[in-house]
Amino acid sequence: MNRFELLNPIYTNKVIKVIKENYRVTTVEIDHKLDALPGQFLMVWIPGVGEKPMSIGNNNPLTISVANVGPVSEKIWELKEGEVISYRGPFGNPFSIPKDAKKILCVGGGYGVVPMYFLSKAAKENNIQSTVIIGGRSEKDIVWEKQLFSVCEKVFVTTDDGSKGAKGNVMIELEPIAREYDAIYACGPERMMKAVAELCKKNEVHCQVSAERYMKCGVGVCGSCAIDGKLTCVDGPIFSGAEILKLGEFGKKKREASGRSVDL
Amino acid sequence: MQSELFGKKLKNPIILASGILGMTRPTLETVCENGCGAVIAKSLTIEPRKGHGGPNIVETESGILNAMGYPNPGIEEGLAEFGGWKREEALILSIVGKDANEFAELAKRIEEKKDQLGATAIEAVISCPHTPGYGTMIGQGTPESVSEITKAIKENTSYPVIIKLSPSVPGEVKAALAAQDAGADAINMGNSLGPGMKIDIHRKKPILGFGMGGLSGPPIKPIAIRCVYDIYGAVKIPIIGTGGINSGVDAIEMMMAGAKWVSVGTAVYYRGQKVFADIEREIKVWMDLNGYSKLEEIIGVAHEQI
Repeated sequence: MNRFELLNPIYTNKVIKVIKENYRVTTVEIDHKLDALPGQFLMVWIPGVGEKPMSIGNNNPLTISVANVGPVSEKIWELKEGEVISYRGPFGNPFSIPKDAKKILCVGGGYGVVPMYFLSKAAKENNIQSTVIIGGRSEKDIVWEKQLFSVCEKVFVTTDDGSKGAKGNVMIELEPIAREYDAIYACGPERMMKAVAELCKKNEVHCQVSAERYMKCGVGVCGSCAIDGKLTCVDGPIFSGAEILKLGEFGKKKREASGRSVDL
Repeated sequence: MQSELFGKKLKNPIILASGILGMTRPTLETVCENGCGAVIAKSLTIEPRKGHGGPNIVETESGILNAMGYPNPGIEEGLAEFGGWKREEALILSIVGKDANEFAELAKRIEEKKDQLGATAIEAVISCPHTPGYGTMIGQGTPESVSEITKAIKENTSYPVIIKLSPSVPGEVKAALAAQDAGADAINMGNSLGPGMKIDIHRKKPILGFGMGGLSGPPIKPIAIRCVYDIYGAVKIPIIGTGGINSGVDAIEMMMAGAKWVSVGTAVYYRGQKVFADIEREIKVWMDLNGYSKLEEIIGVAHEQI
């Protein structure tokens, strides 16, 4: 082995496909088959702009799907096929499926559904059925529905305004069927994930959620992404429902770039 | 293995370096549970700072470069965050100022809350290599500057004061002597080295958001060892050895150079948070194998004449 080999090199690869999912979410497929697992994330670097964590939507081809909400994601929104993108990773703990599981349920709020495709694909490859519930404010916020159909048993949609699927939040679809599944996974707004974790606790269903925090190093060194004493980047981003409910800050507080604690 | 820091018993001489994992009180507690003897909190400035834009760290073929830029919630919120410390591991508060007046102000603000904090000492960092307005970028670290800053802090606090020097400024011995003469209670010899730079050849740009950053990790250890060795021969106050400590034998080497304590930071990148307990165990195994029972038998032995 080369003694000077990097643990976490920065990759630069070509964008092979860009899909505008809606008015603000763009999917970018990259010419790279990355050895990543569902739930893990990349640190995407836009030279001169910054670096942000992005969850992985697929490993082959490597795919991210990003909402245009800040300077880094704005540059990703503007990426065109044939251009290049730079990133390091994969980082963080992946989702895990219990050994004897036959049916899993994935809950995605907004573009939080993206890693659920990767998880459902992995489940399907292991002959485990996956059902997905996608929640959004309105029809235009529902993304990745088509992709999910290709790897899922069922796809439910809920919208706050009732413009697509059931009217209300994801709990409307989740509550009646939660007990039928061997494991439930959630990614999306923190209050939604907390509600899912609490429901799973009540029903004694295995549960994992994907946490998100302001992140700087991505590798467990700087401490910026702390939730209580846990680090989102290395102890997460995937936490068990039982573990996340023990963290007092989850669903209530987050840290700003300065480390200041503020209400979520 | 037992050590002590200004009268407080420590289970080992391993100290978490400032800027690593110390953004919040709960993360410091986690580090304590993972085995270190003392922790140094994230450095506090008078006003809150977001820090530099990302990337904030980049791995190189020899160590990592970082340019965090002192993100911190400011002295007031910082003391609320870290205060009320009751653990057996010692808490060292870290301060950074643009000049002696700011350091004096920070020391005063800590002193005002002394009975609520539970801290053991104050560390003043005058050696950051990558933050405009602070550290080596504005010439802090010269004997004159060290003397002025140390005096300003000592005049405003009853806490023991540790002065954190840079390995990048020539004349560490003079700076350490200036700190000692001005009343410092200990020297922390070491910080990241540089600044250095890494350019991505595909994107043809420096990677770090700030362009340059301090180098840390195993490659800077020989420089840290030499600095500690030189200072130990010159000053009477105790030394924290900082720079590239990645294992128990690294810690032994640093103590032989003259460090009473070793601080560990970048090793967390290479070995995870279990590194604190691992280093403690590795020191113990080495001591057992080589017939040592106390750290005092090791500290500074590299200076002994045969």
